[in-house]
Amino acid sequence: MSSTTNTPTHHTSTIGAIGAPSRRNTELALLLFAVVIPVFAYANVGLAIDDKVPAGLLGYGLGLGLLAGVGHLAVRKFAPYADPLLLPLATLLNGLGLVAIWRLDQSKLLQSIGVAGGKATNQLIYTALGIALFVIALIFLKDHRVLQRYTYISMAGALVLLLLPLVPGLGADLTYGAKIWIKVGSFTIQPGEFAKIVLAIFFAGYLMVKRDALALASRRFMGLYLPRGRDLGPIIVVWMISILILVFETDLGTSLLFFGMFVIMLYVATERTSWIVFGLLMSAAGAVGVASFEPHVQTRVQAWLNPMHEYVLSRTPGVTGVHSDQLQQALWAFGSGGTLGTGWGQGHSELIRFAANSDFILATFGEELGLAGLMAILLIYGLIVERGVRTALAARDPFGKLLAVGLSGAFALQVFVVAGGVMGLIPLTGMTMPFLAYGGSSVIANWALIGILIRISDTARRPAPAPAGNPDAEMTQVVRPS
Amino acid sequence: MSELTLTVMRLGFLAVLWLFVIVAVQVIRSDLFGTRVTQRGARREAARPQQAARQQAAPPQQRQQTGGGRQRRNAPTKLVVSEGTLTGTTVALQGQTITLGRAHDSTIVLDDDYASSRHARIYPDRDGQWIVEDLGSTNGTYLDRSRLTTPTPIPLGAPIRIGKTVIELRK
Repeated sequence: MSSTTNTPTHHTSTIGAIGAPSRRNTELALLLFAVVIPVFAYANVGLAIDDKVPAGLLGYGLGLGLLAGVGHLAVRKFAPYADPLLLPLATLLNGLGLVAIWRLDQSKLLQSIGVAGGKATNQLIYTALGIALFVIALIFLKDHRVLQRYTYISMAGALVLLLLPLVPGLGADLTYGAKIWIKVGSFTIQPGEFAKIVLAIFFAGYLMVKRDALALASRRFMGLYLPRGRDLGPIIVVWMISILILVFETDLGTSLLFFGMFVIMLYVATERTSWIVFGLLMSAAGAVGVASFEPHVQTRVQAWLNPMHEYVLSRTPGVTGVHSDQLQQALWAFGSGGTLGTGWGQGHSELIRFAANSDFILATFGEELGLAGLMAILLIYGLIVERGVRTALAARDPFGKLLAVGLSGAFALQVFVVAGGVMGLIPLTGMTMPFLAYGGSSVIANWALIGILIRISDTARRPAPAPAGNPDAEMTQVVRPS
Repeated sequence: MSELTLTVMRLGFLAVLWLFVIVAVQVIRSDLFGTRVTQRGARREAARPQQAARQQAAPPQQRQQTGGGRQRRNAPTKLVVSEGTLTGTTVALQGQTITLGRAHDSTIVLDDDYASSRHARIYPDRDGQWIVEDLGSTNGTYLDRSRLTTPTPIPLGAPIRIGKTVIELRK
């Protein structure tokens, strides 16, 4: 350190790599923990309902453990430096979801209306498919930057996926809710869940190229950087599409999810707060505008503002129209759960009836685990999002950064939209709680999402390759002047 | 099942669930990785130049102990940016190739209008001598005053100029 005296030191930073250990054993330990907790819950449900440990305990525990083990081995083999928390957190949520679905399967009331009965077995199969997709993503996606090549194909793919439910004959016409399902054979698929991932790829690829124009060309006005008119193009196009989703598929959740994801990624790409202000204004204007003429959205807003009124109407003979008591029942479920809950299997969330084990599954958790349990579950979602954002921070390429932020942002928005809807904070929408809720598309798509995040985090945390002999240095004749 | 057992199980489950959350947060706490960037404010450093210089020197020395088995006695241990927007940035030399340019995957990402996206690279040859090579840049790489045409060994402390950025190797 003799020659630093002439360094102008107005800002000094030292760049040095800290080698990350692979942390796979930590992941394994957490994974065991994450399998034991649902098994405990499963035994608890059986003891509370039938006074005996359920017969399927061993099979169920082994099934979940086996799936988690396969996921872990795949990560060990194909993404050894990946984040140690994502897989255990997702496994725990998935396992708790299975227990809650099984618990609702035991309800005679739900069995009689065909909502429950054997659903937990189905969900376990969906989980297996999800883990399979997770493993496939890890095997075939060697480097997430490959996805960058498919930027505009992803855009087309996402639009097709979003429009599929509107195709006559393909869209499943469920009289109650939003038109976001398609029917293939005897299955119904929610293409929006997959569109979420594909759209994140498109936004990441697009914003990576265009972010300089969107960030730099702006005027300053009242402390905000206002973008030029022509740069508003992309956000307006995405806004229009999300409004069209709202009008034609009548689903506030999907619409909010896609627009919100775009605004989040736009903000991260450009570091301009003005985009968030614009985004909030535009989504508020869009939602209010559509709600003023679309009857389905109006019903949802009415049910949100006056759940008790809807409850009374649904019980009054002679009242026509669709009136649902679901939201009021969910609110009562949360209320009767209180701080510490009624305990597994001892609540009455089956009174929600339709969609009790899918859209409204959070009410079961709220009733049986209480505020304490629900907070833990929301915190686990928060940790998944945190790991996603941490992955984005650690990623070295801008595409990976944007993709990780987009995927975790979409995940966070989905949790907010569903939890907010069930708890009466925002109007209810037709989306499902990732991993917890019953539904094949949701579980499979979210496992794929976790797979992509694990791939990005593996690339981000992988230490730089060991200094190898430079091939050029071998061949080049170095002419030394002295 | 007795009421008592169920109550114990109910509270026990919540405790286990929270234990998991706490363990997960502990894992995050111990999970520090990535790039270590030590930033220092201007005025404080001006006031305590010696201390700052010592702190700045510490990390490369630590690392050299672990990785520098075949380093020669007079070998440089770090690369320092002495002019330009990145002034003061240092990179420890551990035998790895250092790429310079505006491309995002460069070791040192130059925010310099006169730099090409893949401007130059600095690497050790078989003897551990550090070589600078221009990668066909538009505006050229200069060692002292001469524009580079071939890969050239870097003398200790010689300024390498890329656009407005000047870097040098130091012990």
